Amino acid sequence: MTRINLRVDQENVSDDVEPRMLLVQYLREKLGKTGTVIGCDTSNCGACTVHLNGRSVKSCNVLAVQADGAVIDTIERLADDDGTLHPVQVAFRECHGLQCGFCTPGMIMQAVDLLNENPSPTEHEVRVGLEGNLCRCTGYHNIVKSVLYAAELMQGASKEGANA
Amino acid sequence: MIPARFDYVAAASVEEALQALSQSDDAKIIAGGQSLLPVLRLRLNAPELLVDIGRIDSLRGVREDGDALVIGALTTHSDIVTDDLVRRHALLLSKAAAEVADNQIRHRGTFGGSCAHADPAGDMGSAALAMDAEFVIAGAGGTRTVPAADFFVDLFETALGEDEILTEIRVPKKTGWGAHYEKFVRVAHQWPIVAVAATVNASGGTINEAKVALTNMGSTPLRASATEAALSGATATEDGVRAAADQAGEGTNPPSDLNGAADYRRHLATVLTRRAVLAAAGA
Ligand SMILES: Cc1cc2nc3c(=O)[nH]c(=O)nc-3n(C[C@H](O)[C@H](O)[C@H](O)COP(=O)(O)OP(=O)(O)OC[C@H]3O[C@@H](n4cnc5c(N)ncnc54)[C@H](O)[C@@H]3O)c2cc1C
Repeated sequence: MTRINLRVDQENVSDDVEPRMLLVQYLREKLGKTGTVIGCDTSNCGACTVHLNGRSVKSCNVLAVQADGAVIDTIERLADDDGTLHPVQVAFRECHGLQCGFCTPGMIMQAVDLLNENPSPTEHEVRVGLEGNLCRCTGYHNIVKSVLYAAELMQGASKEGANA
Repeated sequence: MIPARFDYVAAASVEEALQALSQSDDAKIIAGGQSLLPVLRLRLNAPELLVDIGRIDSLRGVREDGDALVIGALTTHSDIVTDDLVRRHALLLSKAAAEVADNQIRHRGTFGGSCAHADPAGDMGSAALAMDAEFVIAGAGGTRTVPAADFFVDLFETALGEDEILTEIRVPKKTGWGAHYEKFVRVAHQWPIVAVAATVNASGGTINEAKVALTNMGSTPLRASATEAALSGATATEDGVRAAADQAGEGTNPPSDLNGAADYRRHLATVLTRRAVLAAAGA
C-alpha cells in the first residue's frame, strides 16, 4: 500500500492505496464520486475525463499514486453548492447536447478545459478539441453547438463582470 | 481492467531512479504512463516494480544551450506544442506533437516516453530524426549521447539499456526553418497509417535544404535521404518537388495490415511527402 494525499473537488483526502489502483477507480470506489464514469476502459473514449492540476486527463489511464499531491476536479464539483449549473452544463441542457448521457461528464470536463485554453473557439477548433471524447448517440452536432453556446454564455458573463 | 500487482517507487532524482532500477531484474520506468498503462491493463506486461520518474522536475522543460535546444524527457506533448523556444528553433517538433493522440493524452504523455516506447507508428520519433536530435542517456556508469539514427533500433526497441534513463533530447536549432507534419489517419486521435515530418530552409521560392523523415514506413522512423538530396535547390512548387517526393518510398519496408498494404503505404509516402514539403516551404 502507498499513502496518497490529494485535493479532490476542493476537499483534502488521504488514503492508503494499492499502487495498481487507477485514478478513476479511486474516485469512484474509494471516494464514491460516481459522477466520473468508465466507458471504454482502454483510454480511447474520454468518458472518464477529469482535471489534474487544471488540465484534462483520462482518469482510467492514470494511477492514483501518480496523482499523489495533485489537485483533481471532477464533474461533481462543477455546479455551485446551491445547484447553479456551470455555463457548459447549462449549454448542454439548452442545446440537447446529450441523449443517453454516458459520455456527458467527460465531454463537459473536456469542454471546460478547451474553453479555459481558448475562450472563443471556432466550430473546427471545438471538433478538434473534443477528438479524444467519443459519443455514440448524437453524432456530435449538438455537442459542438453546446460548446459554442457555452463560449457565448461565458463571454457574456465576463463582459457583465467587466461592466459591473 | 486493472494491472497485475506491482511494487512502486516514486523517485525524487535521476540517481534515486537508477538505484531503484538496479535493484530489480524486472522493473519498468513510468513517465506519463500513456503507453505503459494500457499495456499493463491488458496484462501484456507485468513488471514487478514500477519506477515513477514523473516527479523528477529536472527532467522537465526546455532550455537553450548554444546552438542546441535541450528538451527534458518529461516535457509533455502539450508543452512542446506551445513552448516558445521550441516554436522558434524546432518548429517541426511542435507541429508533430500537436498531432499526437488527443488533448487529454497530450497533457500526460511525454516526449521522452514517446521516443523510449519506439512505436513505429509513434509521431515524435520521425520528427526527432528529421531534426537530427541526440538522446542523452543516464546509466550507472554515467551519461552517454546517442544520435537519433542509432537510438531507434527496431520495433519497440531503442539503444536504451534495461537500467538506463533517457534524461534529455538535444536538438540542433533550425531557427527560421519552415516545418510541417503531415499525418494520414482514418479516424481522429489515432496513430498514423503513414506520416511525414519535414522541415525546410527556403528563400525566394527555392529550397536550400530539407530534412524529411517517415513514420510507419518500417520498424523504426526512417530518413528519406534520396528525397532530401533531390530537394536541395528545388523550386518550392508542386512540380518542383514532385520528382524528389516520388523517391520517398525508396529503401523503406512498410508493414501490410488492415489499414493498408505495403504498396499503398509506399504510394502514400510520396503524396504526403509532397504535401509536407510544400507546406513546410510555405508554398
Ligand atoms: C488512445 C491513445 C492514442 C494515442 N495516439 C498516439 C498517436 O497518435 N501518436 C503517438 O505518437 N502516440 C500516441 N499515443 C501514445 C502517447 O503518445 C504516449 O504519451 C507516449 O507514447 C508515451 O509517453 P509516456 O510519457 O506516456 O510514456 P510511458 O507510457 O510512461 O512509457 C512508455 C515506455 O517508455 C519507457 N520510458 C518512458 N520514459 C522513459 C525515460 N525517460 N527513459 C527510459 N524509458 C522511458 C517506459 O518504461 C515504457 O516502456 C496514444 C496513446 C493512447 C492511450
